[in-house]
Amino acid sequence: MSFINYMAREINCKLVYYGPGLCGKTTNLQYIYERTNPEAKGKMISLATETERTLFFDFLPLSLGEIRGFKTRFHLYTVPGQVFYDASRKLILKGVDGVIFVADSQIERTEANLESVENLRTNLAEQGYSLDKLPYVVQYNKRDLPNVASMEELRQMLNPTAVPEFEAVARTGVGVFDTLKAVAKLVLTELRKGGSG
Amino acid sequence: MVNPQMVMYEEEFNQIQAVVDRLVKDANAKVVFIVDKNGQLIAASGDIDHVDTTSLASLTAGNIAATGGMAKLLKENEFATQFHEGEKANIHIQLVGNRVILVVIFDSRSSLGLVRLRVKKASEELNHIFESLLKKVAEPGADSPFAEITDEDIDNLFND
Ligand SMILES: Nc1nc2c(ncn2[C@@H]2O[C@H](COP(=O)(O)OP(=O)(O)O)[C@@H](O)[C@H]2O)c(=O)[nH]1
Ligand SMILES: [Mg+2]
Repeated sequence: MSFINYMAREINCKLVYYGPGLCGKTTNLQYIYERTNPEAKGKMISLATETERTLFFDFLPLSLGEIRGFKTRFHLYTVPGQVFYDASRKLILKGVDGVIFVADSQIERTEANLESVENLRTNLAEQGYSLDKLPYVVQYNKRDLPNVASMEELRQMLNPTAVPEFEAVARTGVGVFDTLKAVAKLVLTELRKGGSG
Repeated sequence: MVNPQMVMYEEEFNQIQAVVDRLVKDANAKVVFIVDKNGQLIAASGDIDHVDTTSLASLTAGNIAATGGMAKLLKENEFATQFHEGEKANIHIQLVGNRVILVVIFDSRSSLGLVRLRVKKASEELNHIFESLLKKVAEPGADSPFAEITDEDIDNLFND
């Protein structure tokens, strides 16, 4: 649920990076954080375990510039990917305006990807959202690794509705901003459609 | 969509700001702020140059979401109040009308009793303001300023 503040002349939107454990969600945020001007970003917060696994969420506030005199601010969140953190994932999806599904392209993560996308759909539905109506993009990450599934296979499994999709290597930043821009565009386009959501 | 669009207008913002400004004084607080349940900062007052209110806002919402989840599991309605005591700073978190979160940060110049008392009154006032705000938002014709934006506007955002 975006938040339009007429007083501060800004609009706030919430984006969530979803996907199986270790697919590269946190890495996406880290890269965005590193490559953004200091005045356009806030602090990045990671609620992680001692071994750097996301425990609750990562959070990064970003300003993308102005549209018609309104500052556009995006709050980026990641969810913890491990199966047993499902309760936390549900909480983070509350009020979401756009979702990025980060898939791990490695063949051995096929099951995990499928489970996660199914879990996303279920958790959204529980809150009355439909994945088919929400601004939504898919990122195929870790394309640099040797043991990856082909794009055709991944597409068929994870993107049957043909939403915008991107190949990425989050570790070096390939595709990271393209993915972010695509979902931000969809969210802004959605705002244009419906005044009161 | 299930949630109504959250909107803030000048009139209500000024009323809300007046409430938090007063609460800082009345409760002898260091910082007071209001966050929506999604973690977006609505208003803040006090010594805000020395705290990262954006981060605090997101963490507060995460905290309320987590305790709300715990409440659900225990078949409780909601844990509406939380208090965390530190060595120097204390933090009092109050859910207002199940919609927004009122956070008061204070030190030894104040006390939990005083904060509680003042928060109670401020919560009632805030509840009224947010209720009328929601009614306003639900009125037809409360159009988004984004209704008129073009693809070009959106593209331009990414060209710098
Ligand atoms: N080879 C490779 N490793 C990556 C890539 N993206 C992330 N990783 C690594 O995968 C591991 C898990 O990443 P992380 O972002 O913590 O995953 P998360 O659980 O989805 O947040 C880390 O060791 C990353 O460095 C990528 O594109 N290629
Ligand atoms: Mg992570």
